[in-house]
Amino acid sequence: MTDISEFVDKCIEKHGKFLVPILQDIQERFNYLPEEALREVANRLKIPLVDVYGVATFYKSFSFVPKGRHVITVCLGTACHVRGGRRIVDAISRELKINPGETTPDLNFTLETVYCLGCCALGPVVVIDGKYWGHMTPNKVLSIIRRMREEAKQA
Amino acid sequence: MRRITSIADLEALRRKLQEKYRAKKLRIIVCGGTGCRSNRSMEVVEAFKKEIKSLGLENKIDLKVSGCHGFCERGPIVVIHPEQIFYQRVKPEDVPEILERLTRGEVVDRLLYEDPNTGRKIKHVYEIPFYAKQKRIVLSKNGLIDPTSIEDYIATGGYKALAKALQMKPEEIIEEIKRSGLRGRGGAGFPTGKKWEITRMQKSDVKYIVCNCDEGDPGAYMDRSVLEGNPHSVIEGMIIGAYAIGANKGWIYVRYEYPLAVKHATLAVHQARELGLLGENILGSGFSFDIEIVKGAGAFVCGEETALLQSIEGKRPSPRQRPPYPAEKGLFGKPTCINNVKTWANVPYIIERGADWFSSIGTKTSKGTKVFSLVGKVKNSGLVEVPMGITIRELVYDIGGGAPDGKKVKAVQIGGPSGGCIPEELFDLPIDYESLTEVGSMMGSGGVIVMDENTCMVDTAKYFMKFLKDESCGKCVSCREGTQRMYEILSDITEGKASEEDLQLLEELANVVKDASLCGLGQTAPNPVLTTLRYFREEYLAHIREKRCPAGVCKALIKYTIDPEKCTGCDACRINCPVGAITGKPKEPHSIIQEKCIKCGICRDVCKFGAVIVS
Repeated sequence: MTDISEFVDKCIEKHGKFLVPILQDIQERFNYLPEEALREVANRLKIPLVDVYGVATFYKSFSFVPKGRHVITVCLGTACHVRGGRRIVDAISRELKINPGETTPDLNFTLETVYCLGCCALGPVVVIDGKYWGHMTPNKVLSIIRRMREEAKQA
Repeated sequence: MRRITSIADLEALRRKLQEKYRAKKLRIIVCGGTGCRSNRSMEVVEAFKKEIKSLGLENKIDLKVSGCHGFCERGPIVVIHPEQIFYQRVKPEDVPEILERLTRGEVVDRLLYEDPNTGRKIKHVYEIPFYAKQKRIVLSKNGLIDPTSIEDYIATGGYKALAKALQMKPEEIIEEIKRSGLRGRGGAGFPTGKKWEITRMQKSDVKYIVCNCDEGDPGAYMDRSVLEGNPHSVIEGMIIGAYAIGANKGWIYVRYEYPLAVKHATLAVHQARELGLLGENILGSGFSFDIEIVKGAGAFVCGEETALLQSIEGKRPSPRQRPPYPAEKGLFGKPTCINNVKTWANVPYIIERGADWFSSIGTKTSKGTKVFSLVGKVKNSGLVEVPMGITIRELVYDIGGGAPDGKKVKAVQIGGPSGGCIPEELFDLPIDYESLTEVGSMMGSGGVIVMDENTCMVDTAKYFMKFLKDESCGKCVSCREGTQRMYEILSDITEGKASEEDLQLLEELANVVKDASLCGLGQTAPNPVLTTLRYFREEYLAHIREKRCPAGVCKALIKYTIDPEKCTGCDACRINCPVGAITGKPKEPHSIIQEKCIKCGICRDVCKFGAVIVS
C-alpha cells in the first residue's frame, strides 16, 4: 500500500462518508490533491470520480498542483478593496512574475487572493504563512518578500 | 470538571464559579480578536503575564484574553475592570507603566482615547462616542469573558436561559420567540419563531438544526466575532432551539478562512459536552442533543441555505429549488431548521429576559438590535451593535466618526454583494428590513462599507460583479452568463470603451438576472449595479461621455503627473518606481514618462510633499 492510499484510509475512518473534510485533510497533508488520492477516495466511497472532482473544483481551498513553501494571501474584501488591495496584488504579481493562484517555478511562493479575512480595520491586509500584516502598501509588502527571499538564499 | 445532571447542579456550580470570578479585585482584559491579534495583542498578553508575576500580583489581578471588543481601528485594546479604563494601541513596552500606575490608582494618559472632535482624553469605555450610542446584547459579553472558558460564561449568567427553557414546554418557547419579533439575522429577515414552528410541525422521527456561519460577504465579520468571542451563547441558543423544535443533532458550519472561530467553537462544544450540557439527557430533562462542527472549503454560495446543506452532505453545493424548504426537507432529506449565528445568539437573551423586553427595542417591524461591521473609509472602523431603527447618519457619523482625512462621505454599501449603495442624501433613513429594501438595498448580514469622494461607484459595481461572477455556482444560465456579461460591460465603462447604449443593455440585463435566477445570489446580484445606476448615473456618464473617472480610480482613465512647484527633487519616487518611468536629477523637479507608467501609485505613496497628482 502506498503512502497515499494509507492516508486516504485514515481520513475515511475519521470522517466516514463526509467528502469535504476528507479532501481537506488530504489537502493539508500533501499541500494539494494528488490524482491518486482522489481516485482512491472515489473507489473507497463508491462514488463516481467525476463527483469527487466536481466537489474538489468547486472550492477555493483545494488545489490540483502543489503550493509553494510560502503562501501569500492578499485580502480583496470590500474594505481592503476601497483601501487599495488590488495595488498590493499587482505589486506582488510584478515582483514574483506570477498571477494570483499561481506558484513560482522554484516552488518558493504561491500568490492567492481571498474575499475578506474579517480584519477590515487593518486593511489592506496580507497574510504570509499564517501571519497577518495590516495597513499594507505595495512597498511594504515588497520589502517583506525581498527579505524572505534573502533568508531563503542564506538557508 | 464534573458532569452536571440537574438544574440545581448547574446553579450550585454557578455560585462556585461566581465566587472564583469575583475573587480578584482587578481584571485586565486584553482583546484577542483576529484584528487585535494581527496587531501583536498576544505579545501584550505575554508582557502582562511576565510583569504581573515579577510584581507578585497574581493574587490580585485576573488577566484575561477576550473576544473582539469591536473598536478594531484602535487595537490592541486593553480594558481594566471594574473601572472600565480603556487603553488603545497598547504595545508590549507599555505594560510595565500600565501596571505601575494601576497599583497607584493612576492611568497612563497617552494610551487613552482622544475624542477627535474635542481633543479631550476619555478614560472609560462607556464615555467613548463609538460605544455610547451602541446597545450591546449579542456582543454584551464579548469583551468581558474568555471565550475558551465555559467557566467564565457560566459565571456571567450563561446557560441560565437553557435551564429556564428546559422547564418550559417546547410550544411555549416557540411562542415566546414568535412574540419577541426576532427575524433572521442572516439578512433575509424571515421570522425565526415561525421557522421553528414549521420545522416542529413536520412529521419525522429525525430533525436537524444548523447554525450558518459561512459568512462570505466581503467586508463583514460579525458572525466570526460572535463565534470567536462568545461561542457558548451560540451553543446555548442552539440547544434551546433544538429542544423547541424536537431535533437531536445540530451542525455549526464555519468558513475555513476563520481559523480562530473554528478553534473556539470546537473547544466550546467539547467543554459543553464534558459538562453534560450537550449529549444524553441534558440537565436531567430527558432531552438529548449534540453538535458537530463543519468547516467550509471556500465558496460564497454555501451561505445560501440549500447549498450549505449540500456541502455538509459532501455534494457539489449548488442551490436547489425551494419549496420544499429545508424546514420541510433539508439535510439528508429530513426537516432542518437553519439559522444564522446571531439569530441563535439572540435566543438565550430573549428566553431569559422575555419577549416583551426584546420587542421593546427597535421598530414596529424590526425588533431588537443589529450587529454591523462598519468598515471602509471611516474613522472608527469596527464592530458595532445598534438598536434597529437607528439612522444611517447616526451609524456613520456619531459612531463611525465620518471619513478620515477630512474627506466627504459619498455613500454606504449595506448588505454585502447582494446589497446596494445608498447615497449620502438618504442617510436619515432608519435601518430596518423594510426601509433598506425600499431604497434598493437590503439588510443583509451586516456589512456596512463607507465610501468617500475617492471611491469610484462604477469601480465599486465592477468589484462586486467580479466577486459574484467568480462565486456564481454556474447552475442557472441567467446568473452564470449574466454576471459575466455585466462584468464585461462594467469593465468596458471603466476603460472608457463603452457607449450609452451599453448602459441601457446593462440595465436590461440586470433586470433579467434578477427575475430569472434560482437562488438569492443571482436574484440580488444586480443590486449593486442597479443602485449605483439609480443614485450615481452621472458617474457612469462621466466615464462614457468624457472618458473621465471623477474619483480618480479607474486606471485607464487617469494619469499620474508631478507638480513641479511642490516637487523638491528628493528622488524617492524615481528610486521606488518599479518600471523606471520617472526621470529627474536630485534636487530638481522630476517628471513621469507617460508611455512607461503603469499607474501603480507607488510614487504617490512615497512622496512626502504631495507632489504626485492623479488627474
